[in-house]
Amino acid sequence: MPVLIFLDQSEGHLKKNSYEAAAYGAKVAELMSTKAEGVVLGPASGDLSTLGKYGLQKIHHVKSDVFSNFDAQTYTSVIADVAKGINADVIIFSNNMDGRAIAPRLSVKLKAGLVSGAVSLPDVTNGFVVKKNVFSGKAFANVSINTPIKIISLNPNAFKPVEGEGTAEIVEFTSSVGDSKVKVTAINKLDGEVPLAEAELVVSGGRGLKGPDNWHLLTDFAKVIGAATACSRAVADADWRPHHEHVGQTGLAIAPNLYFAVGISGAIQHLAGVNRSKVIVVINKDPEAPFFKAADYGIVGDAFEVMPKIIEATKKIKGM
Amino acid sequence: MKLLVCISKTPDTTAKIAFTDNNTKFAEAGVQFILNPYDEWYALVRAIELKEADTTAIIHLINIGGTENDPVIRKALALGGDEAFRVNSSSHDSFFIASQIAAIAKQNNYDIIFTGKETIDYNGSSIGGMVAELLDMPYVSLATKFELSGGSATITREIEGGEEVNEVALPVVVSCQKGMAQQRIPNMKGIMGARMKPLKVSEAVTADELTSITSFELPPPKAGVKLVPADQPEELVRLLHEEAKLF
Repeated sequence: MPVLIFLDQSEGHLKKNSYEAAAYGAKVAELMSTKAEGVVLGPASGDLSTLGKYGLQKIHHVKSDVFSNFDAQTYTSVIADVAKGINADVIIFSNNMDGRAIAPRLSVKLKAGLVSGAVSLPDVTNGFVVKKNVFSGKAFANVSINTPIKIISLNPNAFKPVEGEGTAEIVEFTSSVGDSKVKVTAINKLDGEVPLAEAELVVSGGRGLKGPDNWHLLTDFAKVIGAATACSRAVADADWRPHHEHVGQTGLAIAPNLYFAVGISGAIQHLAGVNRSKVIVVINKDPEAPFFKAADYGIVGDAFEVMPKIIEATKKIKGM
Repeated sequence: MKLLVCISKTPDTTAKIAFTDNNTKFAEAGVQFILNPYDEWYALVRAIELKEADTTAIIHLINIGGTENDPVIRKALALGGDEAFRVNSSSHDSFFIASQIAAIAKQNNYDIIFTGKETIDYNGSSIGGMVAELLDMPYVSLATKFELSGGSATITREIEGGEEVNEVALPVVVSCQKGMAQQRIPNMKGIMGARMKPLKVSEAVTADELTSITSFELPPPKAGVKLVPADQPEELVRLLHEEAKLF
């Protein structure tokens, strides 16, 4: 009764969140004294056997080109077949964009209770209880899954994958899924940027930066530390920055290791999207800015004076 | 064209989050409740826009909950829903709730079922996918654009680091987020008219609950901000490097 982990790929490349899910799933298997196995749908570049380093013993690879076209329905159908074939009793997803589409469908198909947005390993000492984020990061709920098969979707950046030793066995799985009702007609990705949804370090700006021309204060710093850039709603609404950079309740909710906020006051709607960040740094002129209450480090000061010095000092540390 | 919009009642964004009954229940006393923002701003308003483009369209609303939910349902009717269903239940289990929605949907043959991307209280993001599976319909999640042409829809959804465009023949289930529609507020005519619109209450159909919440907890309080003087920004960099080990 192994643990099955769905390893999400895009255009042949496994996503960062897939490694998190793999390592998390391997730990769940350890807790339950069983094996961890992965499933990859669609053509995958690279050697899948290296997933053994994250604790997976076997990878079920469904090579068909059908899965280059993402459709939650066909994905669900074949993942269900793999799960049934190996008698999986726990199935793990990343709670990323694709995971959010597939896991609920699979929950229905297998009549398996789902906890989405898990933040830690299940407690299996008395039943099967998983901790998840609720109230937009302001609280946690411990949720008991009361069905024989259990599905967990793990929040991105909630579990750090550690590489060890090992090689996974690759097993080809053939399926006869029907035609897809969803046709992907275009994929538009931003080149050369760290995707915000996957970023561990995020540098973000608000109205305090006074205009789009001043954004080099953030983008230069982001480049030095390898961070993604984000912004407040006001900034996106004013078209200073593209909408996909907007974090907050109505934008993207993120939980990076570092959220470095410059010139953002920290309204509750903004905090709802970033309050799960592990370390929050706030640079703001106004000592009364509510963001300081949620911050770990801060400088009460003028971003235009502080940021160039921060960039210099960071370059020095990085030997740049 | 028949549209169904799934709506939830949630605590206001600024509500204080606390728990009672040995941390097993959300403390509702004094909390202001609202229509879940994603359901209202994106799912419902996009449905209203589609109806404005095709006046023969009908918008149904569905909510699972008790009589205390009626004010938010009336608000959604005031914005532009034509008719609402409320299924009496206090369940928080996604599968149970999705089963109620699917039961109503089966009687009405909707062309499009809209949900918000998640509720701001339980953050499950699961109802749309479950309803789609129960109805054997395609599902596009986290949609930022939705355009109709004839019997099919062009839907843009968010992916990591970009977006993807999908072509789907109706019927379809779609979860909606920012980009779908512009926020609007109900006008007086809508508010007056909402009182006359049907709000049909039914009892829940039999369905299993696959999960249960055993307890809630609040995150440990932050230690407090460590402030670095504005004339020593290099000290902040040192702390992030040596203490927090972030880069």
